[in-house]
Amino acid sequence: MTANVDLATVWAFIIAFAVFVYVVMDGFDLGLGILFPLFPDKTDRDVIMSSVAPVWDGNETWLVLGGGGLMAAFPLAYAILMPALYTPIIAMLIGLVFRGVAFEFRWRATPGKRNLWDIAFAGGSWLAALAQGIALGAILQGVHVEGRHYAGGWWDWLTPFSILTGVALAVGYALLGATWLVMKTEGALRDKAYLLSWSLLFAMLAAIGAVSIVTPFLHVAYAQRWFAWPNIIFTAPVPIAVAGVSVLLLRGLANKHDYQPFFLSLLLFALSYLGLGISMYPYIVPQSITIWQAASPENSQIFMLVGVAVLIPLILGYTSWAYWVFRGKVKAGSGYH
Amino acid sequence: MFDGWDAVGLARAQFAFTMAFHIVFPAFSIGLASYLAVLEGLWLATGREVFINLFNYWLKIFAVGFGMGVVSGVVISYQLGTNWAAYSDKAGPIVGPLMAYEVLTAFFLESGFLGVMLFGMARVGPKLHFLATLMVAVGTLFSAFWILSANSWMQTPVGYAVNSDGQFVPADWLKIIFNPSFPYRFVHMVLAAYLTTALVVGAVGAFHLSRDSRLAGPRVMFSMAMWMATLVAPIQILAGDQHGLNTLEHQPVKIMGMEGHYQSYQHGAPLYLFGLPDQAAGEVKYAIAVPKLGSLVLEHSLDAPMAGLDTVPRENWPPVPVIFWSFRIMVGLGLLMLGLGLFSLWMRWRGSLYESRLLHLFAMAMGPAGFIAVVAGWFTTEVGRQPFTVYGLLRTADSASPLAAPAVGSSLTAFVIVYFIVYAAGLTYLFRLMAQPPHHGEQGPSHAPVRAAGITPAAGVAEGQSL
Repeated sequence: MTANVDLATVWAFIIAFAVFVYVVMDGFDLGLGILFPLFPDKTDRDVIMSSVAPVWDGNETWLVLGGGGLMAAFPLAYAILMPALYTPIIAMLIGLVFRGVAFEFRWRATPGKRNLWDIAFAGGSWLAALAQGIALGAILQGVHVEGRHYAGGWWDWLTPFSILTGVALAVGYALLGATWLVMKTEGALRDKAYLLSWSLLFAMLAAIGAVSIVTPFLHVAYAQRWFAWPNIIFTAPVPIAVAGVSVLLLRGLANKHDYQPFFLSLLLFALSYLGLGISMYPYIVPQSITIWQAASPENSQIFMLVGVAVLIPLILGYTSWAYWVFRGKVKAGSGYH
Repeated sequence: MFDGWDAVGLARAQFAFTMAFHIVFPAFSIGLASYLAVLEGLWLATGREVFINLFNYWLKIFAVGFGMGVVSGVVISYQLGTNWAAYSDKAGPIVGPLMAYEVLTAFFLESGFLGVMLFGMARVGPKLHFLATLMVAVGTLFSAFWILSANSWMQTPVGYAVNSDGQFVPADWLKIIFNPSFPYRFVHMVLAAYLTTALVVGAVGAFHLSRDSRLAGPRVMFSMAMWMATLVAPIQILAGDQHGLNTLEHQPVKIMGMEGHYQSYQHGAPLYLFGLPDQAAGEVKYAIAVPKLGSLVLEHSLDAPMAGLDTVPRENWPPVPVIFWSFRIMVGLGLLMLGLGLFSLWMRWRGSLYESRLLHLFAMAMGPAGFIAVVAGWFTTEVGRQPFTVYGLLRTADSASPLAAPAVGSSLTAFVIVYFIVYAAGLTYLFRLMAQPPHHGEQGPSHAPVRAAGITPAAGVAEGQSL
């Protein structure tokens, strides 16, 4: 049993890692889609698309690992959360369909129709980002479980809190997108991305603040986790670190260090994510199902752990290589397409 | 809306719909990725320009098809949870890890190297680029390996135990992965993917040859495609026969359904060529049958007795009318593929491979045949598994999510609308790309869009004719 406890924790971290990699990597892709309406110029749009065209598909694969891994390692959680999040998940999938095909379709469409695929790209990104944020809020606020089933309705996820987390995530993705553009583009496009990054950073900090203030009121366990003695010794550094990173980010933006804002925004995401983890652990369906209750048998988890231990480093290796191949600023007119 | 509907039926309709739209793209990607690897390898080995032109030509088509495969595949991976939660809970400990391995070994490999394959030639040089192409091709095959292993385990479950929560838990992973129907299904599907792609390549080649039989690119692609049809179609028929015998051994009820054998036969079962199975009456109406041939095909003996569905409780019957016909469509198309291969061999021998109008028309007509056969084959094996999700162990009715019909019906409607928009557009773009012949100096997706060639048609045609 002890071994099983450890395995479930290991797997909780693996799934959390996959979801985090997805959030930050597809986060900046989706952020570009969210910001797309603000860049009406065709040349700008071509550059924006070209800056992620070679990598977006790999980024989205982490979502499949998150979902597939959840089913494999915590089938009970997958079986309860997916029906509970039915509408946001379907909305996300449809958003991702439109967003994904737009990458190729907009180059293949006649000039008159291209605009439609630009709308599909932006609309799909918005829909996916909002749906993911709403799903996060719906998980945090808890779902109605009876036995081994979800026992709520198909609109239970819709609350002011889940709308708040939806908007918050979209804002965060937009910040990642804007700082990605700062890093990957030049000239007027980069200057515009700088301007956007300023306002988006403040919007993101407001969003982090709002979600952080509301979360402890959702459930008494969350409040105790954060504020009870001695937990507060371990939790207090998180908001302090958020403040510190924000200051660095502001300086990076002010001093126009093209690479800093993006990586500092990733750090901001990592801290927010850590905060979520602190609230949720050890529950995988908050306040109903723990990671141990949901864990698949040891035999399943060990079988996959072997694969993960060998393959994840390999995947990170060749993914880094792909990013390295397409490093540097994307120049207008010499795009990959 | 959907208030009086059956939620399980709607969930099944949704899975069948999204899966049927999805499966054609992996089938095409598996074959095309291998074809692209062959073309690039031939270019590196021989230095002949026609190979790199063909490579770049098909790479653009690959990019569009692959993107559509990816987005429709992500839908499938989440649909298991949204619509089939009870199944996911019970079968997750076995099916989940197999699918996780698919993601780890295949999806990352494909998507990680896809960017370099599509856009990276100028940045990494031909040799590393070839490596990327190979990785994508290998990735598509790994993907087929794991997903077919998972699917086959649902058809022929072994190596499992059942725990106190009613979950299937792994007892022997090797037995699970290499379950009895997996090797047959894997070979059958990969060959199907190669044939499907060959038929598309052949049809595009035939289309351009029928307009100008001197074009080098279409000549090469048509010849390669027809060799594939000639060689692989007979192997596929043999593999399909072996797969069928394997099914007879492990899922005899599915075979009864495919053959329309409602009754048992003591002295040799007939082979129905045509008929309208009537599930309620339990008989095949308007049947045209060859006596005893069914036993000859399945048992290799004219008088072998064969049990029918009358030996099986009615609640375990698969929907015979569906699989009776989907099976015949698949087999019929397979025989036509064999015919195309043999006809092309004859024309090749006579030296009129590139000129025969009849052959070109035949090849063009067969362009979509692989896709139809693949979908028909999947209907046969999946509907034939009914009324179970895990064969004989977990009923479909006990696999669905605890959702009301309006939720499932609404999402089904949304998927139907979205897929028709997206697939109509995607097919238009694919046809537009295929309607152009490969040109001298063909560019991959990494340069100005192909549309640029369309804007100056005169230059394009002139270049095309110089080939």
